[in-house]
Amino acid sequence: MIKHLRSAADLDAATATLILDTAGEMAALAGREVKKLPTLRGRTVVNLFYEDSTRTRISFEAAAKRLSADVINFSAKGSSVSKGESLKDTALTLQAMGADAVVIRHPASGAPHRLAAWVDGSVVNAGDGTHEHPTQALLDAYTMRSRLGRLDGLRVAIVGDVLHSRVARSNVLLLTTLGAQVTLVGPPTLIPVDIAAALSPSTKVSYDLDSVLPDMDVVMMLRVQTERMQDSYFPSAREYSRRYGLDLARMRKMPEHAIVMHPGPMNRGMEIAPEVADSSRSTIVEQVANGVSARMAVLYLLLGGKA
Amino acid sequence: MTSYLLRGVSVAAAPARDLAIVDGRISDEAPSDAQIIDASGLVALPGLVDLHTHLREPGREDAETVETGSRAAALGGYTAVFAMANTSPVADTAGVVEQVWRLGREAGLVDVQPIGAVTVGLAGKQLAELGAMATSAAGVRIFSDDGHCVADPRLMRRALEYVKAFDGIIAQHAEEPRLTEGAQMHEGEVSTRLGLTGWPAVAEEAIIARDVLLTEHVGSRLHVCHVSTAGSVEVLRQAKARGVRVTAEVTPHHLLLTDELAASYDPVYKVNPPLRTAKDVHALREALVEGVIDIVATDHAPHAVEDKECEWAYARPGMVGLETALPVVLSVLGEQWDLIAERMSRAPARIAGLTGHGTGLAVGDPANITLVDPSARRVVDPSELASRSRNTPYAGTTLPGRIVATFLRGEPTVLDGKAVK
Amino acid sequence: MASPRADAPSKIILSASDLHRVVDRIAHQILEKTSGATGTVLLGIPTRGVPLAHRLAARIHAFEGIDVPVGSLDITLYRDDLRLHATRALGKTELPGGGIDGRRVVLVDDVLYSGRTVRAALDALNDEGRPSSVQLAVLVDRGHRQLPIRADYVGKNIPTALSESVRVSLTETDGLDEVKLTGGDL
Repeated sequence: MIKHLRSAADLDAATATLILDTAGEMAALAGREVKKLPTLRGRTVVNLFYEDSTRTRISFEAAAKRLSADVINFSAKGSSVSKGESLKDTALTLQAMGADAVVIRHPASGAPHRLAAWVDGSVVNAGDGTHEHPTQALLDAYTMRSRLGRLDGLRVAIVGDVLHSRVARSNVLLLTTLGAQVTLVGPPTLIPVDIAAALSPSTKVSYDLDSVLPDMDVVMMLRVQTERMQDSYFPSAREYSRRYGLDLARMRKMPEHAIVMHPGPMNRGMEIAPEVADSSRSTIVEQVANGVSARMAVLYLLLGGKA
Repeated sequence: MTSYLLRGVSVAAAPARDLAIVDGRISDEAPSDAQIIDASGLVALPGLVDLHTHLREPGREDAETVETGSRAAALGGYTAVFAMANTSPVADTAGVVEQVWRLGREAGLVDVQPIGAVTVGLAGKQLAELGAMATSAAGVRIFSDDGHCVADPRLMRRALEYVKAFDGIIAQHAEEPRLTEGAQMHEGEVSTRLGLTGWPAVAEEAIIARDVLLTEHVGSRLHVCHVSTAGSVEVLRQAKARGVRVTAEVTPHHLLLTDELAASYDPVYKVNPPLRTAKDVHALREALVEGVIDIVATDHAPHAVEDKECEWAYARPGMVGLETALPVVLSVLGEQWDLIAERMSRAPARIAGLTGHGTGLAVGDPANITLVDPSARRVVDPSELASRSRNTPYAGTTLPGRIVATFLRGEPTVLDGKAVK
Repeated sequence: MASPRADAPSKIILSASDLHRVVDRIAHQILEKTSGATGTVLLGIPTRGVPLAHRLAARIHAFEGIDVPVGSLDITLYRDDLRLHATRALGKTELPGGGIDGRRVVLVDDVLYSGRTVRAALDALNDEGRPSSVQLAVLVDRGHRQLPIRADYVGKNIPTALSESVRVSLTETDGLDEVKLTGGDL
């Protein structure tokens, strides 16, 4: 088993499939009255969050607690972190506290890689800068597989601000590892240079959402921050929404069986129309529930065996 | 003053002979009491000259001082270094450049020549007192806002024009700031994979293109710091062919390392301009051999541990380089000793107008000499560096060549590979 | 536990026909001790307990025409030795329709050894619901209990040395029916 989950690239197809299968078992257990499992009793999981992300932190916290791990939340606010303690000193503190795993959310790309060099326990990347968010990709893949029955050969469009999206990077890596065909869609200013060479040679790029939709099994909309306008990535929210927003008319161009995903939080009316977000094709609520199962699977597989 | 006889030494590429040092100068005859150094198999080069060193004093004495940086330079075979102006306070007045110059003389390990800032506080708004620095005891000839680009085209034009009065030269850190906001590494495949904001090659190339045109227009002299891209080489090649008075430097690390190293997220590989691709490295090597790039300069940039043992985005850019420059160049160029002497000593001394350095080691020349053992190999151990900082990208790397001795005007600063003082 | 070398001596304890007879006997005993298997559920413990549970159900049906509900109960997440081994993949937990509340659960496994698997199964069962009673059926009891646990139905008692290993093969999982004893001084 792998020791850390820093990037979706840490996962080969067999390991990724094992995580998704395990997540399936975890999801089945979530349906019963007693949700707690004794598996990680005596183990300590630290949630080290340098960015506010209540959703992700709660999801990891629920996952760790359902497996009976002790959870310590270490937030940048109201701790020595805001007084300027270095990541390395914080790592040494966590090490001294005997953390078996550190779940880290950080605004700087690569912070989990640095942390892994300074602690003995496992490091789980819960989102680092504009780099990756591998557990989000796992829960997305799990959601696709649950809804559509497979990942191999699946055609997935990821639409929007790919340049600044850690969700997009992790999804491209994981989905292509599992045999899906990913097309990135957005204005050229928001598609990073050499993306196919950087992540996976099979990745396609399109600037035209309408031409892509009829061929897709999954359309994943990314959050677009309106601040990007100030940096001239696109002229206005209105123009962005017209060219790259998913409204009802566009959703009708998708095949009958195709699903709509969004990692949240959504800008309703910007990248996704409210009617689309709330439609039966949308998996947005399922994604949240699946997040706990996927993170339980990751924690079990990283911590549930011999260290 | 002790006399020395270097027995059986090769001067650059010439056949082995004896070389005497008497009264600080090279002589054809050694007195009978001369100290004899067995130099068979060793190569003598004119003492190396570095046009681009950060000595950090005043302001960041925890990272480097004039003295520790001078010692590192001597151990690297240097007899003269040019200290960049981005100290605290900034070297933008006659007072600060004289202070640095005096500290260098007190250390007495290399000739420390201060570089003056182009603009007040490196802020890019208003010219610093270039003339006062030029006529100060430090005799500043090179001006640079290194670390920052003189981005305003009108200000750059004025600076180029103004320094003509005292035969000065503007050394430009070519980086269009609007194209590199938040930049962390070379923009390309690797930056996309790592999710680090890209520093596009065009941000360097656009400034060099603009500056050679300005230099041509006003008939001045331009020196381009740390050229890092294949595109920059092309711009320089064309400018030189047209007769523009432009010179350029490349760092040892840009001749050897590539952006793939950033994949570790270890900021020891974070530098500005960033490490580029293998294609750029290849173009830079060719340009150095061909002479499109005139010199190797270290951009020795010491940083305190806490400025490097952190997240990539929060780390300061820069690498130490004085003690590894010659070995790296030797590994890149091979034993082309005359070319190495030209690119690391004679040409930099010529560009800076520095007399007594970068000579042909003829009889009567000041004895500024570096003695190299080309057959030695060394594994770089950061803890053994004389620099006060440890941020070398070569930790654990085996490099060829060892500096056996360095003489500054006939006085040994390094003997047997160890600093004399 | 160290597995015996591949070339270690081995002895067949139960042949295919022995194994079938033993399963038939356990099925009869279950019918006898549960008053015709009323209110009874068979839960196999993965991996080999699951096909054994299905075989028992099939024999009970053959003998008496009764359909006993069958399910599986994975105990991996309840093991007390997780830290001693590399992470294990999970097996399936599938309770039969109607659940286990108020019913008699017969846990089915291939080998009873230390008793720790059964301890974990009892814990797992406790989180799934509240059976009226729990019984245990095993194909082989090889002794060396570390916990106060005994089986209600035993196919064969095999006295073993700790250095020996009991290997159960079933056609569903291994391609043949057989129980082998390997290692030790045979």
